[in-house]
Amino acid sequence: METRNSIRPPGPVVIDIENITKEYVMGEEVVRALRGVSLQIRRNEYLAIMGPSGSGKSTLMNMLGCLDTPTSGRYEFNGKNVAEMDDDELAAVRNREIGFVFQTFNLLPRSTSLRNVELPLIYAGINPDRRVERAAQVLADVGLGDRIHHKPNELSGGQRQRVAIARALVNGPSIILADEPTGNLDSKTGEEIMELVENLYQHGNTIILVTHERDIAAHARRTVHLRDGLIEMDHVGFIPELDLPVAR
Amino acid sequence: MKRFLYELGESWKIAAAQMRSNLTRSTLTALGVIIGIIAVTLMGTAVNGISIGFDKSMAVLGDDVLYVTQWPWKPVDDWWNYRDRKKIKTEYAETLNRMIAATPNSNLVVAVPTSNFMRSIKYGGNQVNNVFVLGTTSDFIITSTIDCTAGRFFNELESRGGANVVVIGYDVADALFPSENPIDKSVLINGQLFKVIGVNTRQGTFLGLFSWDSMVAMPLGAFNKYFSAKTESDVRVKVKDKTRLADAKDELTGLMRRVRGLPPEKKDDFSINEQQAFKSTLDPMKNSIAIAGLFITGLSLFVGAIGIMNITFVSVKERTKEIGTRKALGARRRTILLQFLIESTALCLLGGFVGLAFAYLMCFGIGKAVPSFPIHFSLGLVLISMIVSILTGLFSGFAPAWTASRLDPVTALRYE
Ligand SMILES: Nc1ncnc2c1ncn2[C@@H]1O[C@H](COP(=O)(O)OP(=O)(O)O)[C@@H](O)[C@H]1O
Ligand SMILES: [Mg+2]
Repeated sequence: METRNSIRPPGPVVIDIENITKEYVMGEEVVRALRGVSLQIRRNEYLAIMGPSGSGKSTLMNMLGCLDTPTSGRYEFNGKNVAEMDDDELAAVRNREIGFVFQTFNLLPRSTSLRNVELPLIYAGINPDRRVERAAQVLADVGLGDRIHHKPNELSGGQRQRVAIARALVNGPSIILADEPTGNLDSKTGEEIMELVENLYQHGNTIILVTHERDIAAHARRTVHLRDGLIEMDHVGFIPELDLPVAR
Repeated sequence: MKRFLYELGESWKIAAAQMRSNLTRSTLTALGVIIGIIAVTLMGTAVNGISIGFDKSMAVLGDDVLYVTQWPWKPVDDWWNYRDRKKIKTEYAETLNRMIAATPNSNLVVAVPTSNFMRSIKYGGNQVNNVFVLGTTSDFIITSTIDCTAGRFFNELESRGGANVVVIGYDVADALFPSENPIDKSVLINGQLFKVIGVNTRQGTFLGLFSWDSMVAMPLGAFNKYFSAKTESDVRVKVKDKTRLADAKDELTGLMRRVRGLPPEKKDDFSINEQQAFKSTLDPMKNSIAIAGLFITGLSLFVGAIGIMNITFVSVKERTKEIGTRKALGARRRTILLQFLIESTALCLLGGFVGLAFAYLMCFGIGKAVPSFPIHFSLGLVLISMIVSILTGLFSGFAPAWTASRLDPVTALRYE
């Protein structure tokens, strides 16, 4: 863990959002999940988004990952206005520039690790030989070289999340978005996953991590606190006195 | 383009995996399509068979033969105008033949008289009723496609002499001589003995239309000697060049008017027909049978398609989260659309294959059990069935696949 405090010099701005809002209309009621969020994230950053349940973390994450579009506000990804992209362009950005890691892993249950990791490569139009080669390589990188022909139900939770991380990495994305990646894991396995994430950071990946757990957020180099759809605090590093335990 | 192919390959794999993991469900759903395809294919073979049998029956008439008759071969509203026409006499044939011989460059070859009557025919203890007894000349073989499987047709000598000889149809021979060679045996018709000199090659019957198989032919002389004069007669005339049938018809009309001695101001008091006239009367009937049959069996395929549509909707619902995940990983709308279309199509195609196999076996069985049943399996039918299966798959998969492709990624990911 001696590397924990080493901060790699930040690169150019990847994500630039300004005054983003998101409202969900539920019949009569309007849920304001985000109420004006501005944020800049640079390449090589390792950012944790913290906040209590329902504070809008996932909503923000989906926005950043081009899965969702804001009700208002501006979003530039790698200098391009996301609002102007059509569906196919958004899919292409998700495919090549963004790697998603989900709390529930979201692996295809009947496909092997290899086939799961191949999926983004198929959507990228990579030929089958290179696909298998690349997927197997990335699986080996996350420590699953001997599990490539296993299906998710033949793997432990930690191993499943490793497959998911390999899948997020396989197209060499600009950023990795992980929404509560340890939420479904015991603390020991969670810690192992966080070590892997740390490793990715050290190898030049940009990481955005959503969590409501202090221990997990403590791995990041920058922390953004959300509350009721607003940024409450945005600071460098992890300050134990500030980052109080939050109610679930 | 390359990406499309990869996505296509991926979709097929998913479809296969999906079917394997939901085996019972897939089988039951495919059953609808299987039954539909069996029904449609069997109906197709029947329509095919009817069409072929029809053409075969038409071929009996010959496409290069004109028929001089009292009544036209088409439904008429003013039947009273035809009722009082003079009968066609068999002697006309001789007159016509003399005229043809005297006409340079005639487009007609030969005129052949035929008279017919329904009679029963006996040999030993065996009897066949309602046999179509035909009296004609030896020239008859020139005008018809008739062939002998054993023996021969009667010759000119027998024809002129009115010898007591007969050529019998295949079915007649079969019924009268189950275990004997019919040639040179004597059969009893109308109390007279006739020597069998030939048996026709099997032609096959078709929906009660005329077939040589249940016919007996004898020299006209013999026919006239033993059967009452109240027989139906006509004269058939072979045409030299069937591409100039209309000219031949005009020529024959002219000859017949001379035979009948009609002054120019009088209308024809006879009809000249050809195969085509018969065809155009029966074709619409044949087509309505085909359309009605295919429509009704098509309904069962439609029910099968609805089943597939239903199951594809279920599949989309069940895999909402998977769809969300795929979208998060970069699947485009058309990727998802394609995936579910291929799933429904694969299911239909599989159903189609199985249905076709069953239909083939059934056709085979029916053909063995009831040889006369008009049924005909063809490669074209296989291709059409496959295309119909694919179209059914696309049709039934479209709505669910479209729904899936339009799913909002976030909503899909949040779906539990
Ligand atoms: N698709 C949706 N429809 C309606 N309300 C939603 C939807 N997604 C999120 N919300 C609401 O927006 C708020 C923020 O949700 P979310 O971003 O998931 O919070 P977090 O991830 O911080 O727990 C919550 O009140 C939630 O109920
Ligand atoms: Mg959340």
